[in-house]
Amino acid sequence: MNHQQKTYEQKAYEKIQKKHEAKRPLLRNCIVAFFVGGLISMIGQGITYFYIYFFNFTEKTASNPTVATMIFLSMLLTGFGVYDRLGQFAGAGSAVPVTGFGNAVISAAIEHRSEGFVLGVGSNMFKLAGSVILFGVFSAFVVALIKTIFTGLGGG
Amino acid sequence: MLAMFFWSFIVGGFICMIGQLLFDLAKLTPGHTLSLLVVIGAIMDGLDLYEPLIDFAGAGATIPITSFGNALVHGAIQEAEKHGIIGVITGMFEVTSSGISSAIIFAFIGALLFKSKG
Repeated sequence: MNHQQKTYEQKAYEKIQKKHEAKRPLLRNCIVAFFVGGLISMIGQGITYFYIYFFNFTEKTASNPTVATMIFLSMLLTGFGVYDRLGQFAGAGSAVPVTGFGNAVISAAIEHRSEGFVLGVGSNMFKLAGSVILFGVFSAFVVALIKTIFTGLGGG
Repeated sequence: MLAMFFWSFIVGGFICMIGQLLFDLAKLTPGHTLSLLVVIGAIMDGLDLYEPLIDFAGAGATIPITSFGNALVHGAIQEAEKHGIIGVITGMFEVTSSGISSAIIFAFIGALLFKSKG
């Protein structure tokens, strides 16, 4: 009895959810994501040139310090609460760049600080970003394995 | 140089827009979307499609999370060329070390400096 009632309520809730989800302003979201994501990438390009001209990195290697710098900036913005507000405004525009990855790690670390540094910060740091690392590493493993076997056969 | 800024804006924005479409149309959570984009990046590098994009758009291709998948595959293949099949595992994080290490280091520093507002 109780169970049936719950499923009915769930159905009603799903109906309400669908009604509200349909109202997502797709065009506005896409334009904002495009501009914010593009702007973050352009800032990254500026940092890349900074490292090429002042620290003797090449165009290939300069992306590494650039990523580190972007994540550092992401730490400051996350700490002061700016990045979360940007995320609400820009959606994927702030989530897809590497700063969003940094934000996921850093906000989890800050959030769980009250549980202590070992059990809180340490074990929850990759709570959100862990799936990105897992599927990134595993798909890279499969792709690299296939490619190595194929090029090995082609060369040998 | 100005063209590079322009293309980094266009390509970076375009990849973010794909992410937004996955949010809104496919109704994926951010976690699913980012995981999917990383896998796409890895597959694109397997097909030798991602490096030309980086040459063309610079940070427009290296800043979005897709480049994480690309860098993982790149490190693995580089090392596999030197040491054979075991290099796929030993070289995995060779190129992408800066992203993971800086995320861990700055997250810990952030946790030391800032307090949760929640």
